[in-house]
Amino acid sequence: MEVTQVLLNAQSIDGAVRKNAEESLKQFQEQNLPGFLLLLSGELVNEEKPVETRKLAGLILKNALDAKDQQRKVELVQRWLLLDGNAKSQIKAGLLKTLSSPVSDARSTASQVIAKVAGIELPHKQWPELIGSLLSNVHQLPAHVKQATLETLGYLCEEVSPDVIDQDQVNKILTAVVQGISASEGNIDVRLAATRALYNALGFAQANFSNDMERDYLMRVVCEATQSPDVRIRQAAFECLVSISSTYYEKLAPYIQDIFNITAKAVREDEEPVALQAVEFWSSICDEETDILEEYGGEFTGDSNIPCFYFIKQAIPALVPMLLETLLKQEEDQDQDEGAWNIAMAGGTCLGLVARTVGDDIVPLVVPFIEENITKPDWRQREAATYAFGSILEGPSPEKLIPLVNVALTFMLTALTKDPNSHVKDTTAWTLGRIFEFLHGSAVDTPIITQANCQQIITVLLQSMKDTPNVAEKACGALYFLAQGYEDVGPSSPLTPFFQEIVQSLLTVTHREDARESRLRTAAYETLNEVVRCSTEETAPLVLQLVPVITLELHNTLEGQKLSSDEKEKQSELQGLLCGCLQVIIQKLGSSESTKYVFMQYADQIMGLFLKVFACRSATVHEEAMLAIGALAYAAGPDFAKYMPEFYRYLEMGLQNFEEYQVCAVTVGVVGDICRALEDKIVPYCDGIMTQLLKNLSSNQLHRSVKPPIFSCFGDIALAVGEYFEKYLMWAMSALQSAAELSTHTTGDDELIEYINTLRNGILEAYSGIFQGFKNSPKTQLLIPYAPHILQFLDGIYMEKDMDDVVMKTAIGVLGDLADTLGSHAASLIQQSVSSKDFLNECLSSEDLMIKESAEWAKLAITRAISV
Amino acid sequence: MAPHDLRRPFKRAAISDQQKRRDLSLLRQAQNRRDAQQQARCLASSILSLQSSAPESEPEQSDIEIETEHDSEDLSKDLDVRRVSKLRGPEVRKWFARQLMLPEWMIDVPDRLSQDWYVLARPAGKRCFVVSSNGTTVSRQRNGSILHYFPSALPAGAKTRDGSGSAQSYCILDCIFHESDQTYYVIDMVCWNGYSLYDCTAEFRFYWLNSKLEESGACNVPSHYHKFRFSAVPVYNCDQTGLYAAYSGAVPYVKDGLLFYNKHAHYQSGNTPLVLVWKDENCSQYVIDTDGKGEIPSQQQVVLELQDDGKLVTSDDPPVLFCCLDGDIIEKSGLQSGNLLRFAIGDGGLSFVDGKLENADLIYLGKSNRARAFADSYSKVIFQFMVRHSPLKIDDLLASINSPDDQEKIPSDIEMVG
Repeated sequence: MEVTQVLLNAQSIDGAVRKNAEESLKQFQEQNLPGFLLLLSGELVNEEKPVETRKLAGLILKNALDAKDQQRKVELVQRWLLLDGNAKSQIKAGLLKTLSSPVSDARSTASQVIAKVAGIELPHKQWPELIGSLLSNVHQLPAHVKQATLETLGYLCEEVSPDVIDQDQVNKILTAVVQGISASEGNIDVRLAATRALYNALGFAQANFSNDMERDYLMRVVCEATQSPDVRIRQAAFECLVSISSTYYEKLAPYIQDIFNITAKAVREDEEPVALQAVEFWSSICDEETDILEEYGGEFTGDSNIPCFYFIKQAIPALVPMLLETLLKQEEDQDQDEGAWNIAMAGGTCLGLVARTVGDDIVPLVVPFIEENITKPDWRQREAATYAFGSILEGPSPEKLIPLVNVALTFMLTALTKDPNSHVKDTTAWTLGRIFEFLHGSAVDTPIITQANCQQIITVLLQSMKDTPNVAEKACGALYFLAQGYEDVGPSSPLTPFFQEIVQSLLTVTHREDARESRLRTAAYETLNEVVRCSTEETAPLVLQLVPVITLELHNTLEGQKLSSDEKEKQSELQGLLCGCLQVIIQKLGSSESTKYVFMQYADQIMGLFLKVFACRSATVHEEAMLAIGALAYAAGPDFAKYMPEFYRYLEMGLQNFEEYQVCAVTVGVVGDICRALEDKIVPYCDGIMTQLLKNLSSNQLHRSVKPPIFSCFGDIALAVGEYFEKYLMWAMSALQSAAELSTHTTGDDELIEYINTLRNGILEAYSGIFQGFKNSPKTQLLIPYAPHILQFLDGIYMEKDMDDVVMKTAIGVLGDLADTLGSHAASLIQQSVSSKDFLNECLSSEDLMIKESAEWAKLAITRAISV
Repeated sequence: MAPHDLRRPFKRAAISDQQKRRDLSLLRQAQNRRDAQQQARCLASSILSLQSSAPESEPEQSDIEIETEHDSEDLSKDLDVRRVSKLRGPEVRKWFARQLMLPEWMIDVPDRLSQDWYVLARPAGKRCFVVSSNGTTVSRQRNGSILHYFPSALPAGAKTRDGSGSAQSYCILDCIFHESDQTYYVIDMVCWNGYSLYDCTAEFRFYWLNSKLEESGACNVPSHYHKFRFSAVPVYNCDQTGLYAAYSGAVPYVKDGLLFYNKHAHYQSGNTPLVLVWKDENCSQYVIDTDGKGEIPSQQQVVLELQDDGKLVTSDDPPVLFCCLDGDIIEKSGLQSGNLLRFAIGDGGLSFVDGKLENADLIYLGKSNRARAFADSYSKVIFQFMVRHSPLKIDDLLASINSPDDQEKIPSDIEMVG
């Protein structure tokens, strides 16, 4: 194969040529992988080849080693590990050689590929000489080789986990990198590469950050780099500081004053990319401190060993004025630009984080700024003052904020209608939303919305929904939180008199020509949903009237034929919003017997539409319609059976949708809804459902988060069909057993432990459903052989001492179900288990009522089982 | 290496409404799953569907009845929900009528009285099942008829504003309604807050009864949501002190004998020898059976069932044979198998050999009242007979506890003399 030509063709503007070239590359790759990869690395290293083909060769090489998709990635790694050793050596040698190329693109490509190979090989203790040879490169004379090598080390640190490289080599890497950054290095490109490499290498420097001298040195080098004449180096150096702020928070105390000075100067004087990083440093410190303080506030377990240094609290007298200054640097049209991110936005965001961190202390520092600027003729000052106010509404106590809000509210309502500047109106509406979000609701003692001002607030918000899309969207948001605050207001809501008007205005917004801008239509439907969710019995007839309206809208989306892909996307988005809205309405009306009864007259029509929406086939719609169908099944009960023949194939499709795992998860949940609705009428569909669920469990392509709900779903099915579940018992139990074995012990981070607990809960819910399903059946004895293992699982997770409350409740319930169903057959097994003693006693004395109740049930069931 | 993106959410709520919809769906599903699970755990939940009928007008019941009913063969001893849920109207009444546990009469002192038995002073009044579910409470008498239909503080017993009457919850209590203080005295707990205690020992049931009843607020004075007061009856270990306390201790109600519960016995529908009733004049106004006019007949009367082969038997399972009627007499008098016949016990009385009934001097009085469903039980006939001739006295009971060989005592029937 004439590889250079093919690679050139693969970048041709002529589609046919390009396709042809891609085809032959693919063919070659499939026929002879080692040969193909060798050819590519040969192209990359060859100084006589054109730069474009060298780059593309490197890129294809890289893609042969790594993929975003986890499954594919594992395959690629395996393939590389099994590849012929000679070929690999040759490829690697070529890659290393390319680092010395005079062509910068070739070097850069090679360094990325080297890092990928290292990512695969180093954990397997292969390519041991790599780091040594890279380090020797650093001492080479030509600057471009140094630069490429440092870049490679940076990529390598990104790819490889720290425990794979021993401390001695880490020390050498860090030394090389830090030398590259320091002022003694004359070449700017080398310094930049070294600074960027340090960003990735910081994760390797645990030991070095614990050593005072080494840490001082590292910090000095980074801080010096923030003063570099090159803007890229300054930016990279601040990125290092941001990373240090979260990774080594507890080591920062000696440096924090210097860092403040450096960041303050950068925020005020430096170019925006650098200033943004400087602000981010403080945002990141806020994140750290709120996390620590949250842990303090929660159950103090004693194993949080990072103390809070209250850097933010100490810094606010200087930090807050600095942030307030940034607020005045707005860009003209930032509210219309989805992708905008500037110093004013970053500064305001940081101000909000500071308020969350220090609470009341921020208020006196910000109020003078608000008072001074809010009435100024320059819109920038009014907007900055409003934004500052909105930013500090989360964190300080209501006692501190409510007096301010009471003064400001009327002013804000006037600004929202009268201010000539759209930017100010946008921020004002957003601030009103924040006021309602944090200071309105049953948790707040003194209401800020009263009979006296409620009417005015609503009138202004509804008026603003006719403003420009971005302002209207914020007004919808404010109304969302206004409604939310009346969530548990009781049988009579202050919103009742306005309900009709609010709904009408929101529907009008959804029909605006420009409703697709600034996600206005989405916001309008979301607010409508919240208004419905928070409505009371008084307005149930009005919610009911909404059913034919939304149904008609959904019907209208089905009209168009032969849509372009853009139109299809718009159609599917709108269908998603409408199905979502119907879901909320169905759930609301279905929750009370009287409204459910009236609602059900629309059920056939709505279900018909959902099926048509499925026929349009689009993932998001699929999910929203599926969610809505779950709510419908719950409301319809056994009557849902009549929809099953037509609906079943979509249910199956949903269960097969591995790629969009959310869709799969939602469908699994709907199977549960249908089980409870149909009970044994689901039997005809069980074979198909169980087959698919078991298939899903055994697949390693399916996102792990779907597996626990699948287990719970086994329980739903067993409970619905009773002893008919016998058919699937062996398969289900074997899947449950292997999952139980895997989830008895937990090792790993909090996230993994949380997942394991979710998994345990799913497994236990399955056991509960199966036991209860078989209760009172002559086939109960089929379960006896599984009892020892299940009790062992319960004992195992009890002994592990890392159950969360939900698992505890489900687990002790399973013990009761086992005793209840198996009775005397399991009496001696139960008495031998730890669960029936220590675990049960622990649960009986639990403060959690749900756990206690389950435990009392278990105690009763066990008493009966062993007394027979 | 490109600079790292540091944009943070700007003027945006942290959570999307779509995510909220998903989360709320999951929440609803979890709640529904919990309810379904709870319903499965609570055996008798389908009783709920039986509770909807309004109070029926019922024939008057005499205050005190001597326990005479027996189980019909096709009744399972447990609460079979699947079957019960299919019952309607009068069948419901019949079903409830068969659920009460009926004590035998104490005609001899059981073994290990002080170790294995509880004693309590039985309140005088209407024996009934009190069932709370779905926000109402219904009390049903032994024949299944409704006594009261009322709100109570029992779990699921009233439609309170906080909606605490969850659909799955219900209670079944074995009570005696005491007219003068309008109080339900709870003598046993069959189901509590959805959980069946049928298969639990008396020891456990009484423990549960004492801790839960008070906790529920059912013992509080009546109020809008709680029309009648409930009260637990003091239960004693049947040692000397306990027996004496139950016999002579002051209680706020009129006593009608003593009830003895075997600690290890489960709640069981119908007659059981593991619960016993005993009376004397001191602790009951109704020791000797009265006739329809409320007077004590000069001769003891018994009701027996006529079988195919002319045998006259009691309601026990297996039935105890009293004597045989001549085929001629049956034919002449037009009696049929299954008829309940009333007899007086003549001067010949009852005679026993080795503790077994040997001979009975019966005088035929006629067919029994049509309202009677069952013949007398053996223990009732014997107890009544003993009361008239050689009663089992409280001192005998106390003495049996006192006797040093209490634990080894061999069971023996008391000698009867005609």
